[in-house]
Amino acid sequence: MALEGEFTRIAENEFYSAAYERFISQGKLMGSKCRKCGTIYVPPRPICPKCHTHEMELMAMKGKGKLAAYTVITVGPPMMVEEGFNRESPYCSGVVELEEGARITARILGVDVTKPDQIKIGTPVTVEYQERMHDGEKMTFTAFRALS
Amino acid sequence: MFLRKRKLGRGVAVVGVGITKFGVYPKGVKASDLFVEAFDEMKRSVNKGLRDEDIEAFYIGNFSSDIFEKQVHCAATVVSRVGLVPKPAVKVENACASSGVAFREGVIAVASGIYDMVVAGGMEKMTNLSTTQVTETLGLALDPICEFPAGETFPGIFATMATAHMAKYGTTVEDFMRIGIKNHYNAGLNPKAHFDVSVKDFMKRRAASAVKKGLPEPHWADEMEFLHDPAQNPIIAWPMRLFDCSTVCDGASCVLLVAEDIAKDFTDKPIYVIGTGQGSDYPVHEREDMTSIKATKEAARQAYEMAGVSPKDIGVAEVHDCFTIAEILSMEDLGFYKAGEAVRALREGETNLDGKLPINMDGGLKAKGHPVGATGTGMVVELFMQMRENAGPRQVKRKDIDLGLMLNFGAHGSTAVVNIFERR
Repeated sequence: MALEGEFTRIAENEFYSAAYERFISQGKLMGSKCRKCGTIYVPPRPICPKCHTHEMELMAMKGKGKLAAYTVITVGPPMMVEEGFNRESPYCSGVVELEEGARITARILGVDVTKPDQIKIGTPVTVEYQERMHDGEKMTFTAFRALS
Repeated sequence: MFLRKRKLGRGVAVVGVGITKFGVYPKGVKASDLFVEAFDEMKRSVNKGLRDEDIEAFYIGNFSSDIFEKQVHCAATVVSRVGLVPKPAVKVENACASSGVAFREGVIAVASGIYDMVVAGGMEKMTNLSTTQVTETLGLALDPICEFPAGETFPGIFATMATAHMAKYGTTVEDFMRIGIKNHYNAGLNPKAHFDVSVKDFMKRRAASAVKKGLPEPHWADEMEFLHDPAQNPIIAWPMRLFDCSTVCDGASCVLLVAEDIAKDFTDKPIYVIGTGQGSDYPVHEREDMTSIKATKEAARQAYEMAGVSPKDIGVAEVHDCFTIAEILSMEDLGFYKAGEAVRALREGETNLDGKLPINMDGGLKAKGHPVGATGTGMVVELFMQMRENAGPRQVKRKDIDLGLMLNFGAHGSTAVVNIFERR
């Protein structure tokens, strides 16, 4: 059947989730830009929520931005507990506003997690890729490091 | 045409309610057992009685019986356990908004004319798992592409919204603590609450337990000082501390919905459903404004328009305080207060039981507890009791409570459902 090709077409569609994770493993932070209204989305979206067009183009992000909101987590999910994070050793996650305007949630590195109230919204950050084991597979995750 | 004002096909009323004590039940207890308890209480609450066989369908909210109890298809189990085979049952899963949405679906079904009488309810048995496992299970409602890899949790996501609110409006950690103090006070008057103790009572208990262990008796000047003590109130996800987080527990709740024209056959004091609305939203990072939830605004707009009322008409409200920041966001998104102004009302006690607009009279998710699937219809139970002036020691002071509102979130507010009630 000619539909056999559907599996690879969908897996390789650059606007779907599988491709986004593949880009990250290659050290690329990808988004999509709407050809009609110009809005940029990260991860890439196949359909623009503003004008509902499918006319999207892929766009690489520079990976620079500023911290827009954050938290310091002491009670994490098993994945983070396995990495050694706990009440005594918490970690920071937050929302980064990229220079291109899109926002993304990611791990935040290079901030003092012992003084969470001192972490400043607006702190400039730059993307960094982390390799971690997850469900027995090596996976690449995006993180952002604070530039002080 | 899509913005045409919507209305219910016919009137719908709540004529009976039931709820279990929320808390930690032993491992062998099943969510469906808890539902039977709530169902039994609901039947006893119907003033003029009902015949079980007249119930035509069930709408059951449940988040994750599959992971919590290793059982799927729990709505049909409920029908079997309450002895009403072969009545149809629908399971509704909208994360923490499951039974709020189940209730709305029940209302829509009766309003459509397809049924005259349905039960809407919800249940969850969460405590068989460890805290880490519960955190992971609830976290399955997060965005898997960005939030999950970031190590996010629900306390973390709401904490993130909290830092955005603090930066934009000057909201403080003490404001969050005020919500916790209020909701624990209310829960202290609610024997069905998981933590039916005020923060003051907690302080007395902790002091007594220290003395019992031969330790020096701790002293805190007031509740704020206690809540600032990291030994008593540790950070879970800064700025959310333990007393900012709803409790993990088990429970069930249910209500009986009937067509308005037969409501008086069941009670002389039905509570009518006059508005309902629901909305969706993006994960937090994709929202234009991280201090507001679009789903709430949309659900509220639909419900207010349908009911023909405005926020200032509402006398009592039950809102989704899964974390204390969420109550503040809700007060603003529902239009009770302008953006950034909810904390003023909070500081002045306006939302206390004796205030101008009492909120979370039952102790909220914070202290009554949050057995996820049972939460939405649990809010309806409280409004029913308050609006019939039957809430005992936690009955609100104000008398003009002809209109009540509930807001139930799923996940980070990526679902919100609002229902508005009237007594006549």
